[in-house]
Amino acid sequence: MNDKTLISVSDLKKYYNGGSIKALDGISEEIRKGEVVVVIGPSGSGKSTFLRCLNLLEVPTGGHILFNGADITDEKTDINLHRRKMGMVFQHFNLFPHMTILRNMTAAPIKILKRRREEADAQAMALLKRVGLEDRANAYPSQLSGGQKQRIAIVRALCMSPEVMLFDEPTSALDPEMVGEVLEVMKQLANEGMTMIVVTHEMGFAREVGSRVIFMDEGRVVEENTPSAVFDRPQSGRLKSFLAKVL
Amino acid sequence: MEFWPELQKDFYQSFVEGGRWLLYIKGLGTTLLVTLLALILGIALGIIIAVIRAAHDQQALRKVNPVLKILNALCKVYTTVIRGTPMMVQLLIMYFVIFSNTRNQIGVAVLAFGINSGAYASEIIRGGIMSVDPGQMEAGRSLGFGYAGTMRLIIIPQAIKMILPALGNELITLLKETSIVTVIGLRDLTKAAMLIQGKTYQAFMPLIAIALIYLALVMILSWLLGSLERRLRASER
Ligand SMILES: Nc1ncnc2c1ncn2[C@@H]1O[C@H](COP(=O)(O)OP(=O)(O)OP(=O)(O)O)[C@@H](O)[C@H]1O
Ligand SMILES: [Mg+2]
Repeated sequence: MNDKTLISVSDLKKYYNGGSIKALDGISEEIRKGEVVVVIGPSGSGKSTFLRCLNLLEVPTGGHILFNGADITDEKTDINLHRRKMGMVFQHFNLFPHMTILRNMTAAPIKILKRRREEADAQAMALLKRVGLEDRANAYPSQLSGGQKQRIAIVRALCMSPEVMLFDEPTSALDPEMVGEVLEVMKQLANEGMTMIVVTHEMGFAREVGSRVIFMDEGRVVEENTPSAVFDRPQSGRLKSFLAKVL
Repeated sequence: MEFWPELQKDFYQSFVEGGRWLLYIKGLGTTLLVTLLALILGIALGIIIAVIRAAHDQQALRKVNPVLKILNALCKVYTTVIRGTPMMVQLLIMYFVIFSNTRNQIGVAVLAFGINSGAYASEIIRGGIMSVDPGQMEAGRSLGFGYAGTMRLIIIPQAIKMILPALGNELITLLKETSIVTVIGLRDLTKAAMLIQGKTYQAFMPLIAIALIYLALVMILSWLLGSLERRLRASER
């Protein structure tokens, strides 16, 4: 593990129903700072489980996850301290419906980082401006379109100044015409050097923005490589048949 | 038929003579005070119990906490006992057994009714918490909030909104049920009517009067709750 490593995963396992379902069956990965890792694979292959284990939304059955060198799977670790630095974006946005957009974004900085409200507001407004939604600051989530909601969800996570962003199929719940605006924000983020782990079915995005593609099947990493190698020269039969279906 | 003069005499005796209307006002004050304090106690207890039980049920992901297990069992016993015995019996036990040394009837009434409605409110609130999308808890936790912080800032405000009608019904039930505090001698609205009936031997006027007062209170409460609900809903549109 060198000093560019941000997350180091070793032999990660997640079993359900007492071991009859092996959602993750021994995953070992190094995520380096500034990398954009795209995770692809068929439905049920364990992509979401992998992502959700990284910030302990799912507690792994076995294995270790080092984040900045600290073992977050250790029971003595205060996971709340580490989660602040790991932003997460969900398929269904999960904005807080009872708060305005601005409060959605500033609740965590104010309550957790003890920022002053004006300071948090200013930071949130600057981020809103970047995604072109500064005029919606005082709207409620139900007043926004899906694409707008997801852009808000991304900047909400950015308000905590995370070191890594985890995306679980961020565009899967969107109408096709809104996918582009969300991918554009993610692309910007990648260009600024944010470390990102992205589960997606958007192969165009994976090829253009990804620095590495991981192909998972049945709880294991079957193949991983640069995007062009994965898409143009797939090695395993399972990846070939997966690509044949999705491309 | 001397109907009209008779009625006037009844009215005079029941409300005017000896300033009796003051008894109704004082009784009404007591009824409202007991209801309000019991409501606050009941909701506070209800939230605590609901959160303990929800935390217990949701902990499958986390390590099993023995303290939580014991607390959860205690909460279950509490709700079972309170919901399985009559309110009147609980009030009598509270006054004549547990606090047999005190004459603080208001305190005992508030405690008995608060503990009683806490058991009902906890089930309502727990249902509300369970009905909030699990993605909300995940979003809160992923931002770095702890379990308690996520509950307080994100889950409970949404749960309350959803269960407001049910809690409103609980409040209305509570208001009406407080009329049984007469059994421990507390001079609430109902007791006022009974006292006056005892003096004037007229049942009609005082009893109909308090029935109308209760009815008016319930209608005002329903209206207030309705407009509160509409306002909360409007904030999301
Ligand atoms: N809470 C759970 N209980 C039991 N089994 C589960 C649970 N969560 C996930 N699984 C199982 O674990 C496996 C991996 O699921 P996961 O959601 O990680 O797949 P995925 O690759 O994200 O799929 P998709 O593309 O459909 O989102 C699946 O077989 C799924 O049924
Ligand atoms: Mg998934």
